[in-house]
Amino acid sequence: MSARSPGPRATARPARPLPWLVPAVTVGGLVPAVMLVQDALTGALGANPIQRATLQTGLLTLALLVLSLACTPLRLVTGWTWPARIRKALGLLAFGYGVLHFGIYLLDHGFNLGQITEDVLERPFVTAGFTALLLLVPLALTSRRDSVRRLGFERWTRLHRLVYAAVSVGTLHYYWGVKKDHTPPLIYAAVIAVLFVIRWVARRPRRQGRAGAGRAAG
Amino acid sequence: FVRPKRPLGPYDTSEAVTPWEQATTYNNFYEFGTDKGDPARMAASLKPRPWTVKIDGEVKRPQTVDIDTLQGWFPLEDRVYRMRCVEGWSMVMPWLGFSLAALIRRLEPTSKAKYVQFTSLYDPKQFPGQRGTVLDWPYVEGLRLDEALHPLAFMAVGLDGRVLPGQNGAPLRLVVPWKYGFKNIKSIVRITLTAQQPKTTWALAAPDEYGFYANVNPAVPHPRWSQATERRIGELGRRPTLPFNGYADQVAGLYRGMDLRRNF
Repeated sequence: MSARSPGPRATARPARPLPWLVPAVTVGGLVPAVMLVQDALTGALGANPIQRATLQTGLLTLALLVLSLACTPLRLVTGWTWPARIRKALGLLAFGYGVLHFGIYLLDHGFNLGQITEDVLERPFVTAGFTALLLLVPLALTSRRDSVRRLGFERWTRLHRLVYAAVSVGTLHYYWGVKKDHTPPLIYAAVIAVLFVIRWVARRPRRQGRAGAGRAAG
Repeated sequence: FVRPKRPLGPYDTSEAVTPWEQATTYNNFYEFGTDKGDPARMAASLKPRPWTVKIDGEVKRPQTVDIDTLQGWFPLEDRVYRMRCVEGWSMVMPWLGFSLAALIRRLEPTSKAKYVQFTSLYDPKQFPGQRGTVLDWPYVEGLRLDEALHPLAFMAVGLDGRVLPGQNGAPLRLVVPWKYGFKNIKSIVRITLTAQQPKTTWALAAPDEYGFYANVNPAVPHPRWSQATERRIGELGRRPTLPFNGYADQVAGLYRGMDLRRNF
């Protein structure tokens, strides 16, 4: 880390703190994918590897999506700014695992379009998962910084609220996919609910313009 | 591993048998836990000896019999059966055991007997999964009497010539190969002949998803997935699922005149 000497900072643009943060999150987020490939090649995925890979990529999608949704509440609660900087990487990783999850499902069904269409249209469990992935597509497409400029911050923010719908429908997909033990999807649902409540509570005083709210700004 | 070579009988499939490793580590046995690996991990907590089976209900000779006595009543035979799980995967299992029909006949059902109800062991000390309420314990399954008397219906006490491992339902389990795997109740402690259709565990847990009959039927989808195809464990692709799991010639007659979409 740079020392607090005024010399270099006066001439160059101020260095972003924690420059390793985004690369670390990206690399860390790709580790499960590498492990999945390694497990597939060594037979460590067990007797039904495709089913296992489907489940793991689905869980990773949902977990990363929840982590990306935790960034803003974390910033609101702690005042830290770094969570906001890894939000995009987490969101894109989630989308990547979602695409992988869907790709494995397509492979599993031999790219049989009739079967897949029937699944998407007639089985709410599949409909929900497919919808969640579709909702993430425009978000992934507008994840570049210049998209914010092109769309305008207000419109971009409104568009990216789709992530709330995506994570909700994705959790429903998980809930419906479980044969009997609903505890894990309910834990996800509870975490998501807590994150929503934090956003709501943390933002309320500011919106009402209460005295003292300005202290937290900055 | 080496499998004793023997001529295939009229009920055997000639398809490649699922390797022991996979057949004994990828199991649904919620009494041990809901993960496929839980049964193999936890199986040591089950004590399959000493073990008794209570036989009651509409039989002329209700009794409680030791498992070794019970299996000594019949010559043990090998049966290589397909096994199709309702989740969409399948195996080929080399069971060792005896005909269920032979057992039922020996028990002499009364004229009121119309169904056979099977009950698994309830003991949370041996079955850690029973400390949770994921299903209503003990596990109960049942067959219509004519189904139970069908020559394909089988009671397994072994697998591939060895004693049945705990995770596969030691010491005594049902095998009805034309039905989804969950009908094949494991670790049986009670067999009751009844006049009424038994209330079976999965049919109670999710009546719109799992019926009493649970015959393998590619034309009737599970509400959440198609049953048209299955993955044979050890293969990557899917293969078409056959009506009655390929045993239609033998068993379809049992259901003549029934609407199999309603009686799923």
